[in-house]
Amino acid sequence: MLDTIRRKLEAGERLDRKDGHWMLADAPLLELGALANEARFRRHPDKRVTFVIDSNPNYTNVCITDCQFCAFYRKPGHPEAWTLTVDEVLAKVESAANAGATTVLLQGGHNPELPLDYYLTIVRETLRRFPQVTPHFFTASEIQTVAKVSGLAFTDVLDRLKDAGQRTLPGGGAEVLSERVRRRIEPKKGGPGAWMDVHREAHRRGFKSTATMMYGHVEEIDDVLDHFDAIRTLQDELGGFTAFVPWSFKPNNTLLEKWIKQHRGPNAYLRMLAASRLYLDNFPHVQASWFSEGKRAGQIALHFGADDWGGTLFEENVHRAAEYVNTITVEEIVALIREAGFTPAQRNTEYAILRAY
Amino acid sequence: MRFADTRLEPIWEKVKSDTRLDREDALTMFESDDLLGVGRMADHVKTKREGDRVYFVINRHITPTNLCVLSCSFCGFARKPGQAGAYEHTIEDMVAMVKDETREVHIVGGHHPDWPFEYYERMIEAIHHARPDVQIKAFTAAEIDYFWRRWKIEPVDALTRLKAAGLQSMPGGGAEIFSPRLAKLLKYTGKADPERWCEIHGIAHSLGLKTNATMLYGHVERLDERADHMLKLREQQDRSGGFVTFVPLAYQEKATQLVPRQTPPADSLRTIAIARLILDNFAHIEAYWVTLGEETASVALHFGADDVNGTLEDERIQHLSGAQTPAGVAREQLFRMIRDAGKVPVERDALYNVVKVWN
Repeated sequence: MLDTIRRKLEAGERLDRKDGHWMLADAPLLELGALANEARFRRHPDKRVTFVIDSNPNYTNVCITDCQFCAFYRKPGHPEAWTLTVDEVLAKVESAANAGATTVLLQGGHNPELPLDYYLTIVRETLRRFPQVTPHFFTASEIQTVAKVSGLAFTDVLDRLKDAGQRTLPGGGAEVLSERVRRRIEPKKGGPGAWMDVHREAHRRGFKSTATMMYGHVEEIDDVLDHFDAIRTLQDELGGFTAFVPWSFKPNNTLLEKWIKQHRGPNAYLRMLAASRLYLDNFPHVQASWFSEGKRAGQIALHFGADDWGGTLFEENVHRAAEYVNTITVEEIVALIREAGFTPAQRNTEYAILRAY
Repeated sequence: MRFADTRLEPIWEKVKSDTRLDREDALTMFESDDLLGVGRMADHVKTKREGDRVYFVINRHITPTNLCVLSCSFCGFARKPGQAGAYEHTIEDMVAMVKDETREVHIVGGHHPDWPFEYYERMIEAIHHARPDVQIKAFTAAEIDYFWRRWKIEPVDALTRLKAAGLQSMPGGGAEIFSPRLAKLLKYTGKADPERWCEIHGIAHSLGLKTNATMLYGHVERLDERADHMLKLREQQDRSGGFVTFVPLAYQEKATQLVPRQTPPADSLRTIAIARLILDNFAHIEAYWVTLGEETASVALHFGADDVNGTLEDERIQHLSGAQTPAGVAREQLFRMIRDAGKVPVERDALYNVVKVWN
């Protein structure tokens, strides 16, 4: 099987589900990693590893979607529920900008009290006051929520965001793009289509976005392959994805914790990463998630097909709510990338190089 | 097998045909960019020897004292008499440290200025008497050498007496890096030198004591010094044959800041892999998770390591859960590291007798 896959890769042939299944279930890890590493260097021949200076604040933890994997949200009216004013959100953007951030990834719960104008004002004011910051705001399911709350089609919301100046979308909220999985862990969020439609229409409008995957809960290999197939097909159509970013589910303080006690470890992560690099042959970048898997696993991941280190994440609250906390500085990122034998380069949200080290 | 670095191809030919690797091969592997190429060869060797088995032992480290006459630059542990934080355990204290379910005690301490040899002898005797089921692995070659320096007790006599008191094996510490350059630079010339260290292990082997061997890496040593260290151990093993496990120890930079940061995981994975390939006469290569971190130790199980050790008193284990026995909690954590790598946890005793295969 290894030889079949190697032959396909060398001939530039696409891998199929059977190959995918073998990679995710049976392939010897280092053989898989070596193939992924080769594929990475075919696409990016130099030893550059990019990172972005960013922050991930949130505007509300109020959410009506009750996802079982989420430790962050509170129901409306809950004593710990909070929602920031536009000015408070902008203060967070400002503090990120002052710390050198070029990307702010802003996301929040599905809060039915917030009008469309709230979101648009945040985009406009961010661009007006902090032109150096790319507003990387609102995941697909938030855009669906805004549409519902404001009585618009989600495509209208995308148009309005674009008019306000937004050009990229974060890839969160995909979890695993499989009907079965989403019905089980996030029944109120809709099937894979709810996420895919937003990204498709965003790409049609010229937005760039990332695709994420949160694995390590109830998914099986076929669900992961459904996810891979869905985003690979969309990428063939419109080419709007910049990167694929997998991470492992963190169970603490979530409803799923009852069944799933531990997050999946580094070997499972490296396998997922390497398989995605090989299967998602039309994705330019694969991100090593130091933040969700730890710095050591992140460094090792650079040898398993990843070419991007992700961001500084000055602020992050979603993993924190699951008692999983990692912090980093730019200096440390540069050191970690160098130690792993690569050349660090700072990028922007759309992966253009801002500074080579 | 195909390699990103074609210089690995002739090495792979040797590995496949069980031909011994030489110094040049070791240097090539240390210098190669092809981390996964080196790792795959080591994985091949490990799998051929041990299949999917990964060993662990429920053990307890006992450090009788941190008083030490030496001042090694890499050590953040040693204290001088009267210095803050200095301690000396009584024999009763140490006996009480051996908990239920402990299968091995690992005793290593400072070179105490005054404790007579008899104190060490009584220590072993008392623990052995209190817990005859527990295997005692105690005193590095550096400590055995120190008994000679301080009390003029020949290593063969010291080891014979300790064995009679209940000693079953020796840990591999005190080897540091076999390099006169570094011994001088890092101020460990007052310690058993490489020849003496090997001599003492040879004596232990001749008395029927199994021992381990370590290497302290990731500070200011050169890669060729690592290679030479491994080769020297391999020669000694050819002569005396009593080494069981090689334990590469990543320098903990927080101790004395010889380097600003701990060596990266890729370096540890590479070093473990090269050890598996060079030390063809060592049965086991350990990924000591306490110094590597759980993630790197777990990944190292694909890079030639077949053992993760496993200690009871480590705080990271103790704090995981209140509901179970410390051994139960330790096991669960070790299982996670081993099973995440797709391997089968095998609980062993100090001498690698299988206690239980945890399928």
